[in-house]
Amino acid sequence: MTEHSEPTQPAQGQLVRRHRLSTRIWHWVNAVTLLVMLMSGLMIFNAHPRLYWGEYGANADAAWLEIGATQSGEGMLRIGGGAIRTTGVLGVWTDGEGKEKRRAFPSWSTIPSHYSLADARVWHLAFAWVLALGLLAYLVRSLLNGHIRRDLHITAREWRPSHIWHDIRDHARLRFPSGAAALHYNVLQKLSYIGVLFVLLPLIILTGLGMSPGTDAWAPWVTQGFGGRQSARSIHFIAAFLLVGFFLVHIVMVILAGPINEVRSMITGNYRLPKEKDDAK
Amino acid sequence: MSGSAKILTRRGLLRAGALGAGGLVLSGCDRLNDNSGFRSLLESAEGLHLRSQRLFGRDALAREFSPADLSPEFRANGNREVKDAAYRQQLASGFAGWTLKVDGLVEKPLALPLSALQAMPQRAQITRHDCVEGWSAIGKWQGPQLSHVLDVAGLKPQARFIVFHCADRFGSTPYYESIDMIDALHPQTILAWRMNDKVLPEKFGAPLRLRVERQLGYKHAKYVMRIEARESLDGLYGGKGGYWEDSSGYAWYAGI
Repeated sequence: MTEHSEPTQPAQGQLVRRHRLSTRIWHWVNAVTLLVMLMSGLMIFNAHPRLYWGEYGANADAAWLEIGATQSGEGMLRIGGGAIRTTGVLGVWTDGEGKEKRRAFPSWSTIPSHYSLADARVWHLAFAWVLALGLLAYLVRSLLNGHIRRDLHITAREWRPSHIWHDIRDHARLRFPSGAAALHYNVLQKLSYIGVLFVLLPLIILTGLGMSPGTDAWAPWVTQGFGGRQSARSIHFIAAFLLVGFFLVHIVMVILAGPINEVRSMITGNYRLPKEKDDAK
Repeated sequence: MSGSAKILTRRGLLRAGALGAGGLVLSGCDRLNDNSGFRSLLESAEGLHLRSQRLFGRDALAREFSPADLSPEFRANGNREVKDAAYRQQLASGFAGWTLKVDGLVEKPLALPLSALQAMPQRAQITRHDCVEGWSAIGKWQGPQLSHVLDVAGLKPQARFIVFHCADRFGSTPYYESIDMIDALHPQTILAWRMNDKVLPEKFGAPLRLRVERQLGYKHAKYVMRIEARESLDGLYGGKGGYWEDSSGYAWYAGI
């Protein structure tokens, strides 16, 4: 996170270097790529809005998740034995021209906005290369330049339950670090970034590969490792929504921590150290 | 330290970010989707898919399963019946007078009755059929290897693609598909006349369908009437090598 370790602690209110160029480029490429992957992925899901476990699964087989329409024309999301009405959002919704459509995800959330599995696959499978090669390049560079060891490594002290609990309480009270302490990731930040970098992103790439009949021929352990092609598809979908969850929390945290300063630091690399609040009791 | 280069980078990043966000909000993706230059850039990834799959698994075999893994019900997809009168007559007579034509860039064009295909060495395989839509079904297929049929006909050295001409139609266009020689000569590429230990039913492509196990379902042409060896896909309908490729922009290489 810091460009180099400072012998003296920088003062509050001072502008400091925070994010490397490689981190900043990767961040914004990923922001666009993940959005395209999500929206084109929702369109691909619309082609068969049912999820299964195991190797096979089609209409006659039991789905653990399904988005569709009831006989009375209500939108419905069914997970296991439970179903909720989702008319207007999922299953049954009205498009920009006021026409009722019966598709899982609505046109405002998909690429392209009109139904086209072929087009969505062209987008999804091209941007998949950007995501996979970008992650690979970033991980290799972060290992070599020490970013992972220096900024993401969780120390024994940070693993202590009392420390984690303290951090959770600080987050719940919206108390964010000030001064030089703001230059270091706290343990919850480290855990979420490690979860995304080393778990969710590799998982979503591997489950994507696990759905490919070509890859299944030369690397059957990928598909088999997830419990079959339909399980890989289900895990791919779950991982996508965990990434959406990360994105939402990430945006809320940026807004709470000071959106201008945070966004500037991810564009220019410069970050102004937050001041101690005088009125904090 | 060059300050100007840095400013350019920042401006570039800002502009790219603003364009990206604004374009998405204003459904710029739809406009990009219809932009032929951007579209061909995205479609160029198909070459990467083909080359990387061939690099890692040119001769790899698709996974085969046991009878216990069979789908209880195999979903039929695409055309499930053929309206053509000649086909209906052949179906009614158990394809007694029917022949498979093999022509194009071959030394000896063939007209093979079903009995000749059944008398050839057979391969049976239990494989997973992966539809482009996302669903899968496991079934058992049996028939001669395509490589054996091509051997009998004798491929000319210029032959680079094998095209399958089918009896089913979408509107007025008959279905057609094509594969290259790596898939055509692959041991699991068979012309199946048997499915799940019974004669292939109409909805699954009677009397004969292609199984090309390392690709998605739409490559597995049903109701195959004629096999043609070609040097190029130019001049074959829209030139992209298959019905869905020409009509809707699906990828010709469907290994992912």
